[in-house]
Amino acid sequence: MTQEQPEIVLGVGGWLRWFWRQLTTMRVALQLLFLLAVAAVPGSIFPQRTTSIGKVNSYLADNPTTGPWLDRFGFFDVYGSVWFSAIYLLLMTSLVGCILPRIAIHWRALRSQPPAAPRNLLKLDYSSSFEVSGSADAASARLFPQIAQQLRSKRWRVEVLDGEFVSAERGYLRETGNLIFHIAVVLILVSVAFGSAFSYRGQVIVREGTSASNVIAQYDSFSPGRLFTTDDLVPFNIALDDLKVQYEAEGTQIGAARDFAAHVRFRETPTAEEQTAVIGVNSPLNVGNASVFLIGHGYAPHFLIKDGNGAVVFDDTVVFLPQDPNFTSTGVVKVADMSPQLGIQAIFAPTGVVTETRGPHSLFPDLLDPMLFMSAWTGDLGLDSGAPQNVYTLDKSKLKRIDFEEISPGETWTLPDGVGSVTFVGVDQFATFNISSDPGQNFALAGALLAIVGVIGSLYVQRRRVWVRVVDRDGRVAVEIGAMSRYEDGDVSDVVTEVDSQCRDILNVPKSPSQGTEESQD
Amino acid sequence: MAINETFAQASNMFVYGSMGAYTFAMFSFAASFAQGRDRETNPENGRKAGNISMSLSWLGTILLGAGELLRGLSAGRVPWGNMYEFSITGTFGIMIVFLAVSLRRDVRWLGLFIILPALLTLGLAITVLYTESAQLIPALKSYWLLIHVSAAIVSAGVFTIGASVSILQLMASHVEQRIADGKEPGRLEKVARRVPSSQVLDLFSYKLHAFVFPLWTFTVVAGAIWARSAWGRYWGWDPKETWSFITWVGYAAYLHARITVGWKGNRAAYIALIAFSTIIFNFFIVNILFPGLHSYSGVNK
Ligand code: HEM
Repeated sequence: MTQEQPEIVLGVGGWLRWFWRQLTTMRVALQLLFLLAVAAVPGSIFPQRTTSIGKVNSYLADNPTTGPWLDRFGFFDVYGSVWFSAIYLLLMTSLVGCILPRIAIHWRALRSQPPAAPRNLLKLDYSSSFEVSGSADAASARLFPQIAQQLRSKRWRVEVLDGEFVSAERGYLRETGNLIFHIAVVLILVSVAFGSAFSYRGQVIVREGTSASNVIAQYDSFSPGRLFTTDDLVPFNIALDDLKVQYEAEGTQIGAARDFAAHVRFRETPTAEEQTAVIGVNSPLNVGNASVFLIGHGYAPHFLIKDGNGAVVFDDTVVFLPQDPNFTSTGVVKVADMSPQLGIQAIFAPTGVVTETRGPHSLFPDLLDPMLFMSAWTGDLGLDSGAPQNVYTLDKSKLKRIDFEEISPGETWTLPDGVGSVTFVGVDQFATFNISSDPGQNFALAGALLAIVGVIGSLYVQRRRVWVRVVDRDGRVAVEIGAMSRYEDGDVSDVVTEVDSQCRDILNVPKSPSQGTEESQD
Repeated sequence: MAINETFAQASNMFVYGSMGAYTFAMFSFAASFAQGRDRETNPENGRKAGNISMSLSWLGTILLGAGELLRGLSAGRVPWGNMYEFSITGTFGIMIVFLAVSLRRDVRWLGLFIILPALLTLGLAITVLYTESAQLIPALKSYWLLIHVSAAIVSAGVFTIGASVSILQLMASHVEQRIADGKEPGRLEKVARRVPSSQVLDLFSYKLHAFVFPLWTFTVVAGAIWARSAWGRYWGWDPKETWSFITWVGYAAYLHARITVGWKGNRAAYIALIAFSTIIFNFFIVNILFPGLHSYSGVNK
């Protein structure tokens, strides 16, 4: 900004001011709220990368023309898209722009006196009056100090203008609550943004009898926030001793899992003392700033494989990924220490059957009649190329199938041509743990709780004003009471009734049955 | 734990019984409404039928409450674990809120418009959504089920009543506008003459919505806390979460509209109705059609 072009400086500044004024009006805030609601919709209609990448890919494959366009405009990552962020950033700016001046105004209001009485109290929607004997001055001298004191004791803020009127106001909590609510909304938005930048979440599969450490290499999938560094990982170690799963055995929901419990041992750091814990559904394990959730489970059959000479070349459990609700599962075993190399591709069924239409599959998720349906392949597993391999599939380009067989636990399958044998030793289970850390979540929670408290204050507290005055109209002296609510939803007839009767008590004027509030709504 | 079949069947009988009582209440509310011309100035109009309707509503609600209780006892848990149970509990919520309001103000004119959605929900529940009493899927086994879902159900009940009031407000306002314009009042006059003025309805609707907005805020927050313990994240834009958020923003927009010049009255009422439609969408469409972590409808797809 240089001296030579003051007009442009003014122009930009003026334009910015105009923009700011627009942004902080209620009308724009309202439109932004609308826009935010509408913008959130596509994320529930189109598959999202963050939750179901597989569905996104198949959507793109099924819709080769529209798919890439939708992708370009962020429809598969709506909540991280430019336009969604733009809306909520504008909303947040608008919010801040609204809040700051209102805080200043409220701060001043909190320390200033209640407002002066309107000229004619009886013109208010809610008012009453009664006549008294004696002079107006005498009545007000007697009435004002006492009614002021009574109102103060009921937490009204009171101002007495001698000989004129008593003015009282309460319900400042409404605006306080409203401000707290709006500030809390900002706090939530900031915490969510901050949290997602430093967060991480990933999934680890652990078989019974094995353990895993919190290092990226051990994760099956891992998604870090933008500003995540590996230093954020707490170096804990977790071992799965036993996984207990219960299934519904009867009724319409037969086979549905009813309860999970993973019995684990863990160390917070490699040198810390070992502790035990049970991780269940809805009850995660918290270690340092990370939490470990049990989100899935499955079976890990135990294979004992010998080569043609009878030497043991493989003796371990292998994770099989569930394919249907009854845990028909698939997996592979790769044995590289043999010549030629051996690959087993298998279907595992906890309660196995074979039908003509579906082939081998499972009828029930529990281990009632476990079966392994295997095919054996020999040749080159392709492990030497150095390229990372998927442990759940066989690269069959250099493999030849030699035989297939189905066996139950304890049985051994002898492979043809003296290749060796495969024993189905038994079945263990595995647990899928979701490990995540979100450093913003406590702030978001604080914001959420503040928002609730604030909005209760904002919507349940009423800001009310009441005035009392003694008037002398041509020798007829009367006490007048008027009240109003700062908001149209307020029915303040109860305030008028109460103050009316307090004034009568103070001045010893009996209540006349017909007298009450001038007007009452509803 | 096994399911107590006797209780489950008795629960169904009570639910049918309450439907019966509500059906009679609907007819008598309709009669009361028809007789209730200018009820504000002639409070006797339709009073008798109105009182009978209120008694029938109480009866139906007590029967429904017994059905709820038995359903819960049959499975040894709170009776809101699948869509059938949400629906009957939701109906119970609507009616309890309506009856509670009726203790404080005369709302016989509103009864017909409450009993209709209540009966509709019950009818859907026992025909389309019916699910045998059973144990919960694991993710629902949490005391948050009690907290979060009961808050959601009460909120939905009040929002339903709010929506009914908003519809009547729009009808009344339509007629008032025509009269102000010097036109024939039109066919809606029949309705408008039997309900309070649009201004009174607007205020009533605001009071209902302002009352539940904090509860709905709490519902969403409680859901996030529960999601954190069940799935490891407090917010994941699951379709159900997304639509709860949309509902929340929608009602916030309604509250803002009422304090924004030019948006009071009709426009605010339309916003309230749009927001209400997102609740319906979330419950009936998202639960059944959208895949997500919340797939516990119990309805066979
Ligand atoms: C996520 C966004 C927002 C939410 C959820 C929200 C929610 C609310 C709620 C519930 C109320 C109480 C309404 C009532 O008293 O009837 C309110 C009042 C208010 N809001 Fe917002 N608001 C949001 C954004 C904004 C923005 C961006 C502005 C700035 C223009 C704003 C300005 C106001 C004002 C001035 C009031 C007080 C009106 C009054 O009570 O007289 N709000 N808001």
